[in-house]
Amino acid sequence: MSNEHPNARLMVRRSTSGSLVLEIAGDWLARAGLPGTDTVERELAAAGGVKALEFDTRALGRWNSGLMTFILKCHALCQANQLAFRAETLPAEVAKLIQLSQVVPEKKDAVRTVREAPLLPQVGESAIEAWTGTRRMLTFIGENVLAFLNLLRGRAQFRWADAFLVMQECGPQALGIVALINFLIGLILAFVGATQLTHFGASIYVADLVAIATVREMGCIMTAIIICGRTGAAFAAQLGTMKVNQEIEAFQTFGISPVEFLVLPRMLALVAMMPLLCLFADLISIAGGFLISTLMLNITPVLYLNRTVEAISLTSFLLGVFKGAFFGVLIALTGCLRGIQCGSNAAAVGQATTSAVVTGITAIIASDGIFAVICNALKI
Amino acid sequence: MNADTQTPKIEIRELTLAYGSYVVMRNINARIQRGEIFIIMGGSGCGKSTLLRQMIGLKEPAQGDIFYDGVPFWQSSDEERQKRLRTFGVAFQGGALWSSMTLAENVGLPLGEYTDLSAADIAEIARLKLALVGLKGFEDYYPAEISGGMCKRAGLARALALDPEILFFDEPSAGLDPISSRNLDQLILQLRDSLGATFVVVSHELQSIFAIGDNSVFLDANTRTMRAQGNPRALRQDSTDPYVREFLTRGESAPAPPAPEPLRV
Repeated sequence: MSNEHPNARLMVRRSTSGSLVLEIAGDWLARAGLPGTDTVERELAAAGGVKALEFDTRALGRWNSGLMTFILKCHALCQANQLAFRAETLPAEVAKLIQLSQVVPEKKDAVRTVREAPLLPQVGESAIEAWTGTRRMLTFIGENVLAFLNLLRGRAQFRWADAFLVMQECGPQALGIVALINFLIGLILAFVGATQLTHFGASIYVADLVAIATVREMGCIMTAIIICGRTGAAFAAQLGTMKVNQEIEAFQTFGISPVEFLVLPRMLALVAMMPLLCLFADLISIAGGFLISTLMLNITPVLYLNRTVEAISLTSFLLGVFKGAFFGVLIALTGCLRGIQCGSNAAAVGQATTSAVVTGITAIIASDGIFAVICNALKI
Repeated sequence: MNADTQTPKIEIRELTLAYGSYVVMRNINARIQRGEIFIIMGGSGCGKSTLLRQMIGLKEPAQGDIFYDGVPFWQSSDEERQKRLRTFGVAFQGGALWSSMTLAENVGLPLGEYTDLSAADIAEIARLKLALVGLKGFEDYYPAEISGGMCKRAGLARALALDPEILFFDEPSAGLDPISSRNLDQLILQLRDSLGATFVVVSHELQSIFAIGDNSVFLDANTRTMRAQGNPRALRQDSTDPYVREFLTRGESAPAPPAPEPLRV
């Protein structure tokens, strides 16, 4: 054969018996360039009195779903125009497949219809959703408080070994990234301060700026954001996967509270580790400022350290550390809440993780704002 | 055995399963005697697992209640329900083993929570339970390191940890090869005979159903209620409902194959 892959061709002719014959020739493979049914339709419209549709497939080469969909369209055309559909001359396999696809009638109510809800119901539904979300969160916080009380009474289903393991994961193993980020923050603060303060010949106050900004705000905020992205996301993914695997249900069927057994160790670990990490972050950040000041601003090391010690008050320091612990609670709460609320498929775990980080960071920044207002009012 | 002379171990009364306002199943009634293997069967998506979840306290029914030893389950206090839960063992479809713990720790955890046994005793019992399901020597493996069938058996071992009165088993044969599946059926029969526990098994594997089932309920997604109940082998022979017969004979109208096992009860 000279032409091994002849293109698909369709020819339409009238037969003597008043039916329309579709001559199908060449390779009918589901790629671009297959003839459509429009010629058939045109022919049907032009030639009145057609009673049936026939096929002539003597010159048909290879075929796959491309031919099937064409034939099914012809079949639908026949039904629409009340023509007889003569499948006898089709290859036996095609006829069989067509029959198979027609055995189970289409389930009319199964086809999805997307309906755009009007604005008002949408608003209402979002409001209800927000309310149920809030209620769930409050319930979860309540469960955590009860679990903590149980722990104090020594009745919680809780293993310290789990808590220590989480402590190791979220504490020492996070030192590297916390150090890097906070060192850079210290550098940046010193640079920003230096460019402004040298105008007034007050570059020595860079030490004050770095110390206060770090100890009160940046140290705990940056650490919290890092830990939220690192550990909060891990909590959500761990608990979410456990939900998917029915591991959480397994706890419930044994009457073991998932909050006491899974959430409490994570919460305690973060509350214990966050203040320590903040302390570490403060130190590293001040070291960053120290480096810039001594190398580029000609401030002597002793002077810088003296200014730093003078600038930091005990209240600022304790405020930073306390905020760190509080952010630890927020991270553990959002991470674990999103994990436990997770749906039961792989996509849901991804959503839970994303949502944990987004909620966590939002909660951290928002509550820091509230802290700032409170501190201002109390003149701390 | 005359069912009316004694309180059934489990009695389901007028149970309605619903998600919000969407009713999945209504009017489910069943009586399960002590030591029976009760099968919940039906096509895919008909609410078998949902019924199981209500029986083990994971989902509250919309209506009706389940009575264990004549005591209502959902209408009793949280504390009583927790106590009742401790007499259950649940083997989940994929095993649902706690992935951060070894097999021995998985089996030992409930023992540690609810008994005053020493760590050595707990390890001993865990070893025994794992040996019962044929996993001797795998005590220190993590769930991710063993096959799906082994996870399933380990899940059964964990369900056996507290010597339960009732064992719930979700889809024991799903995802297993025919031989493992048959071995698991044998194991269930042996455990029932030796422990005297009552089994509630969700399944749609016909061979398994006929091999182990003493009693059953057939749920149908179309009519949204139970369509038949009784011994599955008897249902296959005598059910007047063509759909149930079709299901139990895989739609093959050929004469039913002989029962693979003599009746046990």
